[in-house]
Amino acid sequence: MLLLILLVLPLVGALVVAPLKNNAATAKLVALAFALASLVLTAVTWFSYSIAEGAPRFQLELSVPWIPAFGTSFALGVDGIALVMLALIAVLVPIVMGFSWEEKLPEGRTAAGFFSLLLATQGLLVGVFAATDVFLFYVFFEAMLVPMYFMIGRFGGPRRQYAAVKFFLYSLFGGLIMLASVIGLYVVSGAELGQATFTWVELQRMAASVDETTQIWLFIGFFVAFAIKAPLVPFHTWLPDAGAEAPVGAGVLLVGVLDKVGTFGFLRYCLPLFPLASQRLAPLVLTLAVIGILYGALLAVGQSDMKRFVSYTSIAHFGFIALGIFAFSSQAFAGATLYMVNHGISTGMLFIVVGLVIARGGSRLIADYGGVHKVAPLLAGTFLVAGLSSLALPGTNSFISEFLVLVGSYPRQPVYTILATVGIIFAALYVLWVYQRTMQGPLRGSAVLGALEPAGGPGAMIDPDVAAKKAGTGFPDLSGREIAVLTPLIVLVLVLGFFPGPVLDVITPSVMATLHEVGLPDPVGGLSQ
Amino acid sequence: MNAPLNVLVAAAETTSELPHVGPATGMASLAWLLFVLPAAGALVLFVAGRAANKWGHWLGVLTVVASFALGLAIFLETVGLPAEERTREISLFDWIAVAGLHVDFGLRLDPLSLTFVLLITGVGSLIHIYSTGYMGHDPGRRRFFAQLNLFVAAMLVLVLGNNFVMLYLGWEGVGLASYLLIGFYQDRPSAATAAKKAFLMNRVGDVGLAIAIFLLWTNLGTVQYTEVFENIGTLDAGVLIAITVLLLLGACGKSGQFPLQAWLPDAMEGPTPVSALIHAATMVTAGVYLIARTHPIYDLTTTGRLVVALVGVVTLLIGAIIGCAYDDIKKVLAYSTVSQIGYMFLAVGLGPAGYALGIFHLLTHGFFKAGLFLGAGSVMHAMNDDVDMRRYGGLARYMPITFITFGLGYLALIGFPFLSGYFSKDAIIEAAFAEPGWQGWAFGGAATLAAGLTAFYMTRLVLMTFFGEKRWEKLKSADGRDYHPHESPISMTAPMIVLALGSIGAGFLLSNGHVLIDWLAPSLGELEEHAAGGALPHEIVPWIVVGFSALGVLIALLVVGGRPTPVERPEPVSLPVRAARRDLYANAINEALIARPGVWLSRALVYVDNRGVDGVVNGTAAMLGGSSGRLRRLQTGFVRSYALSMLGGTVLVVAALLAVRFA
Amino acid sequence: MSPTYYLLLSALLFAIGAVGVLVRRNAIVVFMCIELMLNAVNLTLVTFSRINGQLDGQVMAFFVMVVAAAEVVVGLAIIMSIFRTRRTASVDDANLLKY
Repeated sequence: MLLLILLVLPLVGALVVAPLKNNAATAKLVALAFALASLVLTAVTWFSYSIAEGAPRFQLELSVPWIPAFGTSFALGVDGIALVMLALIAVLVPIVMGFSWEEKLPEGRTAAGFFSLLLATQGLLVGVFAATDVFLFYVFFEAMLVPMYFMIGRFGGPRRQYAAVKFFLYSLFGGLIMLASVIGLYVVSGAELGQATFTWVELQRMAASVDETTQIWLFIGFFVAFAIKAPLVPFHTWLPDAGAEAPVGAGVLLVGVLDKVGTFGFLRYCLPLFPLASQRLAPLVLTLAVIGILYGALLAVGQSDMKRFVSYTSIAHFGFIALGIFAFSSQAFAGATLYMVNHGISTGMLFIVVGLVIARGGSRLIADYGGVHKVAPLLAGTFLVAGLSSLALPGTNSFISEFLVLVGSYPRQPVYTILATVGIIFAALYVLWVYQRTMQGPLRGSAVLGALEPAGGPGAMIDPDVAAKKAGTGFPDLSGREIAVLTPLIVLVLVLGFFPGPVLDVITPSVMATLHEVGLPDPVGGLSQ
Repeated sequence: MNAPLNVLVAAAETTSELPHVGPATGMASLAWLLFVLPAAGALVLFVAGRAANKWGHWLGVLTVVASFALGLAIFLETVGLPAEERTREISLFDWIAVAGLHVDFGLRLDPLSLTFVLLITGVGSLIHIYSTGYMGHDPGRRRFFAQLNLFVAAMLVLVLGNNFVMLYLGWEGVGLASYLLIGFYQDRPSAATAAKKAFLMNRVGDVGLAIAIFLLWTNLGTVQYTEVFENIGTLDAGVLIAITVLLLLGACGKSGQFPLQAWLPDAMEGPTPVSALIHAATMVTAGVYLIARTHPIYDLTTTGRLVVALVGVVTLLIGAIIGCAYDDIKKVLAYSTVSQIGYMFLAVGLGPAGYALGIFHLLTHGFFKAGLFLGAGSVMHAMNDDVDMRRYGGLARYMPITFITFGLGYLALIGFPFLSGYFSKDAIIEAAFAEPGWQGWAFGGAATLAAGLTAFYMTRLVLMTFFGEKRWEKLKSADGRDYHPHESPISMTAPMIVLALGSIGAGFLLSNGHVLIDWLAPSLGELEEHAAGGALPHEIVPWIVVGFSALGVLIALLVVGGRPTPVERPEPVSLPVRAARRDLYANAINEALIARPGVWLSRALVYVDNRGVDGVVNGTAAMLGGSSGRLRRLQTGFVRSYALSMLGGTVLVVAALLAVRFA
Repeated sequence: MSPTYYLLLSALLFAIGAVGVLVRRNAIVVFMCIELMLNAVNLTLVTFSRINGQLDGQVMAFFVMVVAAAEVVVGLAIIMSIFRTRRTASVDDANLLKY
């Protein structure tokens, strides 16, 4: 029941907020109230979840027959992997709202619309992670595209239409291929179990007895959808466009949570439902993952647009997650799952900080900034914290997950792991280089100088277009609201860096169960066969 | 979770005696405060913001001094224990625990780590005090002390951790502190670049360290020192060599050893107290600590040790050669540091005959090199922050305390008999000559030659700075001010005096009666006496070394002291000098082999991604759009043609049905 | 009289109607041809109903008539309004709905 409320509450919130078009202040407050209520409910869920030895795989379950003729049911339930994702959403949404509080919206758009879409996304994402019926999962998987499509297409940057359509078509393409596999799975289950079903637990039970060729075909359907969503190279090109054009708030949810549906799908659907196919195709996926790590990092180095830069760093990070998932060990699984959470926090923070910089300078180009630390030291400091978390410095949250992924992957996949480890050098390079170019050095760049100079001031070096937009607005340091938005993230970065225990305790039983479902022993320590 | 499953706990066989590890009681149970105090100081200074500007630096000093006092108390308590009970561990909490992997947030208190604790907090306290003077008027003073505190905390975690992941936490933590402090003057693009370079080259080393940890986990199922050292004997030689070489890569990155030495001289962009504390006395010696700490692994492979010694020898020569060519006082000292750490690597590369000697030299070097850097800082303070020695000259009379303390550090560094460097460096060279076969001659010979070079470049530095013509009288500094050299305030000179006393006495005190070596024995094993059959007997080595050093001093006196120093760098110079001035082309090689191709590759990939990968996607979309554009021409708008096609279609369907039926 | 003749007649009517739809331009005539085709089908339905001795075919014929009546209502209205705006009843002139 708890999960149902958690799912419905934000959707109700979206409906309540949407009509408040003429009263932006009320709309924002109501939306925030719904988001905070969800946060409280998620906390209740978190503490209701039992991590005791022998606790069931799925908890807080709810199942209502939906279309009995097709064997679908409206079934919800969480394991540790889904629970941490629910927690991540619940934390990020209020922060995104806080960030978007004073965001300048495109002409004709209202805050009510934006906040309503945020809540709708939240509700549908809860559905994606909590569904334990494959058909229900598919429905949420497609439905969550809709509010995100509108957020990008209506509230985004100059090329928002292009980016939104690209995002939608890409995802829909993957989703339809997955639909074929979902139906195929249903048909196969009829032959294997005597009674066709969409229930995850039933399907998992038959997984071992399905022959390998069938598994591979069904696996590919799911895999393509998730690889596009994750995104793995070479299915990634929608992300930089979507990430760059999306409004920052939507971008945080897009990269922070929505993309995790892909990696979550690998772990929840690909591996347990198609164990033989997963093992057979693992080398392929690992190759894509490692290419993603190095390729994404190199591309991040070469970006000139800050938001695209953040998107490409994410592609590199998703490579690490995929590596951990297809390395088949408890540590790597736990690392990958924790990575999903940590990436949401650190990249979300990076996105927000970049958004703050762009809001001040009015330009997305790295070259338009320089020496920001002089005028806005706090902003520069938080940029560095977000960057350090992104490059997985020990003591920040991301280190724990990256370490677990790599240490867990090494025993089975030394070559891939070594290549991935080299990626951490590139991570340092892209973060610190962007930091150096934008934040350090003397004051320079059209955006910074333009914002500082009074209108019509000496501007030989200033791009007149940029300068005209921002002339004389100044380049203020973080405001109280912005500090309030960033503080929880910084605290999470540090606390999870030193005390990941509570989160790992929730994740570990579920990932060990997953490994058991794949049917492999832990290479070192942990599960034995 | 499950108990760690040690797959390979077969009969453990290690050559070195491992100490018994007991629980920490008494003062030692407070050991976590050692790093929590400075960390809390850093946190308060960062968070409090401008409110802490007035008193922030004193909080920084206070926390580090308190940490030193606590370290001293634990040290004294430990000294009171019998030798076999001096190794103790505290487990604070489970840091990372998944399935069989357990990473303890735990501390290991043994003679080795306590030695480092005293060095770090002791020198750290002195340099904090010095910085209250040196950074007194800097607008970023609070930030400086916050970062310096952060460094002390991270360095303490590095040496106190009881497993490899804690080591890695401290390892990258000091890397971060070093990054922040090198880039402290953020306005200067050169400082920002140097900071980034330091972090990146360190990360290259860190990759080695990380992969070594993965190898240990894969083969032993644990990352705790105790368990690793107990079971390390079960590994086969190939894996052992791989682990040692990878650990060495990590050590090279942190300690500025060949081939990752190029970042250390650039790191001198940071404020001088930073150079003294981080880039001379403590952080850069972490590599030596790593190898000493993991000596049970190195004990098992002569190949691994040989690589360490070779790296040390190559580096000590490179450092000494380049040190002769620079005019920048801090860079000369930086290359001197590179070279001296090369000696330490050589020492620990000699195995059981040298671990303790490496640590010994590390300690004495910590004193005199920190003193030299503080002296250099004092000189710069007096000379409008100018670092070019060609603009100095005759400063001895204007800053007597600086001159005397600097001079003592100088004498200690070149190994003047019975000062501290004499004991420690000499012991290493003796041990090197005692190696059998070609190694004895090669290692010992190179170390002796470098000792001569050290004497040359340090004498050159002292002559150019403190003696000779007052070249600064006719010059103005870059910001157009005249030079008014003066002695530094007491907050700066007092730490210099303390360090100078250390430079005089530390060597004798620590080596007299094998005090240090016996103290370290529980951690590093007994020091093996020189075996017979080495290249040179150890009785005559000191004479040779002192002879070479004296020769170096003499040449410097003749070449530098014998004629006036031009203010402008003489330009057409001989090939070796040109090479040395350009760091023996290390930067050029890095640039040509890594940096430039990397940038090209990145740019090319951006193009490929936009045009290639995304081009395929957009191309597919364009193709679909184009073909539908052509296909829609079929919709002519003539109803009758539609009707005809419907009729045609119907006829086809019927015909097909009939054909199937009657076929 | 054999029912085959009815079937032949209806086929003939249907063919005439189909050709009429294809070759004539006047919308009214096209419309009448469509009606012709519908009624040819009706004749077939009734014939088969007779052959098989069941009423289903006749019921279907009634359905077709109802549909045809509805179609006439809508169709004639459309033709009228097209004629009013464009002063023509030729189907070839009403070609706005194209690519």
